[in-house]
Amino acid sequence: MIAFFFIAILMIASALTVVLHRNPIYSALALVNTLFLVAVVFVMLDAELIAMLQVIVYAGAIVILFLFVIMLLNVDTEVRSARLSKFGTLGLALALLLALELGVVAVVYAPDQIAEAPAGFGSTEAVAEHLFTTNMLAFELTSLLLLVAVVGAVVMARRKVES
Amino acid sequence: MTVSVEHYLVLAALLFAIGCAGVLLRRNMIVILMSVELMLNAVNITFVALARQTLSMAGQTIVFFVMTVAAAEVAVGLAIFLAIYAQRRTVNADEISLLRW
Amino acid sequence: MDFLISFVLALVALLIVLQLTVILLWVERKGSALIQDRVGANRANIFGGLLPFNLGIVNTLMADPLKLFHKEDVIPKDADKFLHWLAPFIAVLPLFVTFAVVPFGDVLVIGERVINLQAVNLDVGLLFVLGMVSLGVYGVVIGGWASNSRYAFLGGVRGSAQMVSYEIGLGLALVAVVLTYGTLDLQEIARAQGQLMWGVIPAWGVFYQPLALVLFMIAGIAESKRPPFDLPEAESELVAGFYTEYSGSKQSMFMMSDFIEVAIVAALVTTLFFGGWQVPYLYRDGFHLPGGFFLAVPSLVVTILQVVAFLLKLFIFCWLQILVRWTYPRMRYDQLMNLGWKRLLPIGLANVVVTAVLVLALEGFTVP
Repeated sequence: MIAFFFIAILMIASALTVVLHRNPIYSALALVNTLFLVAVVFVMLDAELIAMLQVIVYAGAIVILFLFVIMLLNVDTEVRSARLSKFGTLGLALALLLALELGVVAVVYAPDQIAEAPAGFGSTEAVAEHLFTTNMLAFELTSLLLLVAVVGAVVMARRKVES
Repeated sequence: MTVSVEHYLVLAALLFAIGCAGVLLRRNMIVILMSVELMLNAVNITFVALARQTLSMAGQTIVFFVMTVAAAEVAVGLAIFLAIYAQRRTVNADEISLLRW
Repeated sequence: MDFLISFVLALVALLIVLQLTVILLWVERKGSALIQDRVGANRANIFGGLLPFNLGIVNTLMADPLKLFHKEDVIPKDADKFLHWLAPFIAVLPLFVTFAVVPFGDVLVIGERVINLQAVNLDVGLLFVLGMVSLGVYGVVIGGWASNSRYAFLGGVRGSAQMVSYEIGLGLALVAVVLTYGTLDLQEIARAQGQLMWGVIPAWGVFYQPLALVLFMIAGIAESKRPPFDLPEAESELVAGFYTEYSGSKQSMFMMSDFIEVAIVAALVTTLFFGGWQVPYLYRDGFHLPGGFFLAVPSLVVTILQVVAFLLKLFIFCWLQILVRWTYPRMRYDQLMNLGWKRLLPIGLANVVVTAVLVLALEGFTVP
């Protein structure tokens, strides 16, 4: 219980840092923190394989990609203007409204107490069984998607950056 | 009180709203992409929490696919940013709003 | 009580890592001296020359780290102070945590309590190791960036690109091992290597997956940026690469991360390919030698023998990596990336395919 609230507060704080900090490198590091805490939440929800995949894929590869691009493009610290941009106030209000709505839905949904998970729930075997039998087509399509993404990224990034 | 599914759902909702605010408020395109990642992770938490609630494996399998698609999207998106930077020398969304100069 | 046991196990894992790091520093210096036909570091002035003898081991074990900790901490001008402070911690923390899933013994039986000698028993232990190795890249990237120096940054970017490339080779070698044993749990893999092939040879991983062993060693050494793959921190060319601008305890933490990765690669090689804590023919109740000879051994002695076997094998593979370091010349960066992407990746994939086909074909076929 205390663990959950501790992790939740850390996660919200890191997410706010991602969104609000002016230096993009700090945003990226806060993103790593958030993603790692999401993996911890997955472990709390008995999804161990997905948690490890989250660390390997998200925190260990995607954010490094972000960091590389930030460093290669030498993105500077943003200059913070005194007041929000013209859409800023509207955006902030809408985001708060969204948070309120989602929160109300989540609480009103009020499901029953969480039952005991059967042994092996969230283990590698369980996920693999579901993945490779019911969702075999989606799996193959995902591999095709990754191939397309690799080729696309290489082609797009080929142009040299003029110095 | 014990931690029930609502707690995780509210956490995911907050994370989603923060990501949404990031997309709307920030001008740096890379930070916008990072906020999109936050939103995707919020959705992942929702899926896993509900999978735990209904004891169905489908939730975790979907998370697997969401992660893969997010990785592919980030790779291509950052490649596009590199190409834009080569042309316009900026990653500020305000300055790339016109298709021609 | 359970918490206390877990705490003690975690403490033991941590202590093994820490002691090994310091010992490896000394072994590296003396070992390289042995290979290069010289004497190595053998002087340490204790108490300002009062004592008439010099102890080489005291030099590296005590004086060196003490000296490093007492140096002034220099941060380059205009460097990001917070990131400069943070980078060594990010470099070292995931590597320390990796040792939590390495089993250093079978079980310890105290009264009716059977304690599994592994700090944390994760079902997905191997994926945890891969994840922590992926997190280790951040130390390099942030370290290079926070130094605010062109060459350190270049070393950092090269180093992280190399680490990310060789993670793939590492992962593929591990996939082949997981296919062979059918589990990601390191303790289960170590236990599964206790069987005997044809009643005589212990079924260690090296007999099942020799190619994966070679791939894993190469990828592991490249991952820790040790020679022959150490262009990012080439000592004779880039001063110290991405950790040039670090001094004092921060630099010692980066060097520690080097040796901890040596220990991790050695620990994984012993657990996955050489039986981990298995002593050939030794089971929980005693020696079952081929030919029907049985020697009963008390369980505490069995445990101690197995832990000693683990430490011995760990040490042998650390020594192997030190040997490799001082034998091969440094690889050029493009040769390095070439090796990672064009050789390790296809060979690793071919290995996985062949292993998968063999596992399917021999399904239900137990080792004779």
